[in-house]
Amino acid sequence: MVTKEQLSLDELEAMRRALSRRDFVRTAGALGLLAGMEALLPAYARPQRSASLGRPALAEPLRHGAREIDLRIAETAIRVGRRRDMATTINGTVPGPLLRFREGEEVTIRVANALREDTSIHWHGLIVPPEMDGVPGVSFPGIHPGETFTYRFPIRQYGTYWYHSHSAFQEQLGHYGPLIIDPRDGYPYPFDREYVVMLADWTFEDPARVLDRLKKDSGYYNYQRRTVGDLVRDIRQQGWGAALRDRLEWGRMRMDPTDISDITGATYTYLVNGLAPDANWTGLFRPGERVLLRFINAAAATYFDVRIPGLEMSVVQVSGQFVQPVVTDEFRIAIAETYDVVVHPTEDRAYTLFAEAMDRSGYARGTLAPREGMSAAIPPRRERPLLSMADMGMDHGGMGGMPMNGMDHGAAGHGAAAAPAAAPAATAGAHAGHAATAAPSAAAVPAGHAGHGAGAVAAAMTASAPGALLTGQDGYRYAIAGISRTRGLRPPGTLPGMLEHEPDTHGPGNAAVPMMVQSRLQEPGVGLGGDGWRVLVYSDLHALTPRAEFRAPDREIELHLTGNMERYMWSIDGVPFGDAEPIHLTYGERLRLTMVNDTMMNHPMHLHGMWMELENGRGELIPRVHTVNVKPAERLSLLIDVDAPGRWAFHCHILYHMDVGMFRVVEVSEPGAAEVAR
Amino acid sequence: MSRRTLHAAAALLLGVLALARPLVAQSPEVPNMQPPNRTFLFFEVLEFAPAGVESPVRYDFSGWHGGDVNRVWFKADGEQGTTAEGGGEAELQLAYGRLIHPFWDAQLGVRVDAHYGEGETNTRVALAVGLQGLAPYWFELEPTLYLDQGGIVSAGLTAAYELLLTQRLVVEPRLESFASLKAVPEFGIGRGLNDVELGLRARYEFRREFAPYVGVVWARRVGGTADLAHAAGEPVRELSFVAGVRLWR
Repeated sequence: MVTKEQLSLDELEAMRRALSRRDFVRTAGALGLLAGMEALLPAYARPQRSASLGRPALAEPLRHGAREIDLRIAETAIRVGRRRDMATTINGTVPGPLLRFREGEEVTIRVANALREDTSIHWHGLIVPPEMDGVPGVSFPGIHPGETFTYRFPIRQYGTYWYHSHSAFQEQLGHYGPLIIDPRDGYPYPFDREYVVMLADWTFEDPARVLDRLKKDSGYYNYQRRTVGDLVRDIRQQGWGAALRDRLEWGRMRMDPTDISDITGATYTYLVNGLAPDANWTGLFRPGERVLLRFINAAAATYFDVRIPGLEMSVVQVSGQFVQPVVTDEFRIAIAETYDVVVHPTEDRAYTLFAEAMDRSGYARGTLAPREGMSAAIPPRRERPLLSMADMGMDHGGMGGMPMNGMDHGAAGHGAAAAPAAAPAATAGAHAGHAATAAPSAAAVPAGHAGHGAGAVAAAMTASAPGALLTGQDGYRYAIAGISRTRGLRPPGTLPGMLEHEPDTHGPGNAAVPMMVQSRLQEPGVGLGGDGWRVLVYSDLHALTPRAEFRAPDREIELHLTGNMERYMWSIDGVPFGDAEPIHLTYGERLRLTMVNDTMMNHPMHLHGMWMELENGRGELIPRVHTVNVKPAERLSLLIDVDAPGRWAFHCHILYHMDVGMFRVVEVSEPGAAEVAR
Repeated sequence: MSRRTLHAAAALLLGVLALARPLVAQSPEVPNMQPPNRTFLFFEVLEFAPAGVESPVRYDFSGWHGGDVNRVWFKADGEQGTTAEGGGEAELQLAYGRLIHPFWDAQLGVRVDAHYGEGETNTRVALAVGLQGLAPYWFELEPTLYLDQGGIVSAGLTAAYELLLTQRLVVEPRLESFASLKAVPEFGIGRGLNDVELGLRARYEFRREFAPYVGVVWARRVGGTADLAHAAGEPVRELSFVAGVRLWR
């Protein structure tokens, strides 16, 4: 069966062969591949023509109605900034085409592989059957060169998501695209116009080479380390005592407070919809319109801090799920997260859309403007932040400077080791010291009524475990459930307490453990919060509507995120993926997954196949997420309805961390298996 | 072992390591079940002292092949005269190293120590047991114990520290010292502490992998070692200015 489609695939293949990474610059121009940058951007990513102002929706997505979609993965020459490089593209562009569906549809997507190596597509955040999830070696065999794989699945959710390769380093090479699902019942907030803002990082180096360098010199890309000059300045400003004490604390731990991002602007060009800062992606608006911006962080290794100076942003969707609108001036988007915000520009002027890399080594930039060709001032980059003692778990002073009442440190910590190592914990793949279990009934405290987490407060008050309340800056009293893990599981939706780290240091694959681990959901994170404007924090988030059912967890698993920067080793519980057993979950159970970040870096953790409910103290209104950022020395917990049998991936979404082993397979038993076991 | 064969052996080993293709991983679908091995080649010292010393060419090479935990190490540390009859000395070491602590590699191997020149070559072979890693406060340490073929126990220590003047201009003080439980006169080694060498090198990292440097090296032989040097008409202390390049891949 020779179709036109296949012929063009063959042509592409021939072209690709002709263009090695080395000589494409010479030949590509002649082939007309580099005719224009815009030709290499998908329609929605191109700067909008004035003519399109009359049309509020996104330009030409592959959208509903197109029930069958063909995607072709190939190597294509693209231009990034002033340089050219080969990218792994979807239908010839970076990012790939916008896929737009409607909740309730059944979709068919054929993916043809015109690469020399295997490829795959994972639908990030979509709840799909395991064989459609697109993780080679976990849930399907991958798509071999020359093959076409047909994905077919029902769309059972709404929201802003994305899709990307789960093979090799293809994601770093441009193999990603946005995916929007319009809700069946419409949007609960008005908007006149919408844009996808897909943030990414591009390197002209071979990603395998990047990893090789990090393995040999983990500070390879960090050109913001502390120098002798910084010491002199600190001595002048803080005095000898404070400056030296600080240096000695970090030196004793052999940790670098400037180690914010492994890979930096030293090699990365940061992109908005495939465009470098100078190319200035522009989204047009008419003053007075409400503009919905769908932010997707498709970077391989970059967190972005996003703001639009002059405009406040109303955050309406996180991880593709509606939240009660939160007005903010800046938000941090972890790798693989998705945030929808509505802005309401009323003036006839341009606004800079500024996405600064978390380590301040560069930025992605675009513009919102009433007309083409306009731009606004680019804000000065802030000084690179430093990690703090709190990131080492050494801040005994309290949580982000908030007053704390009734925290009983004495009850914390080592009691957990004395807890009976119950059977379910042992099968959970967590080591015994990290798993705490209790009879479900012990935690089955009614969660009370909805409304800004009041239920959680009530629950904490009535919980059998010692509770504590914490007053935040917004005057909201966070519910902190009991700190002792021997008394059973705390009520659902509450924040985890502060604990001393157990004696286990996780072996040579983990450089250090924090002394104290605690919830940091109310903190904006390293380098944020000191600018005099509002910054979104996880504890701000409330789901739009309370859940119909909000069960207490049956069981808790605790996983520690571990790493050794000296050898660029990343793992979970000190064990890299290659040496690890799958995590076994039981179909039908409600799991509390507690994650403790023992490292000094932020990790965006992503679970495939099932939603995670982030226990941010908001009771029944805790938000659902597909990806959650875990800060250094943070202890956070998620509730998971284990409702998807099969094998699923669970991993850090920093591509290089995942590759070296911060990854687990989660195996959910088949329905009925649990009943038989019981 | 003649000087020629020694050189040939050293060249061969270096050549093999240099040609070993760095195993840049094309990782498979899911994260590496078996992480790929890598090869690291590192000239920490590769320098020339223009004036005033016996052996103006110096090198300190180390390299490994392996994964995160298990590695095969090769090290070559030596100096070489440049005159027609100029001799030199070389320590070649092959070792197995294992990560036993987040910051420490334990190493067990064999060292060949050779002094050559003016028609005669002395070699000795020793078992080497050592540690290599990063001590608190950012000191890079490499203490090693040796047991040679004659049953003589000796010890060596290398310590280094990096001071960043700027993001690319790095000053590195470096200490090397040896001690022996017994005298080994053929090697000019006395009992007790043998020598201390202090270096101060300032490099500029054009790339992380390529950093030319200038420096000053002060070396002093002490005790019985100093007496032996004195008797042989060799200097007891040396001060030299060096220029070189720090290289890795």
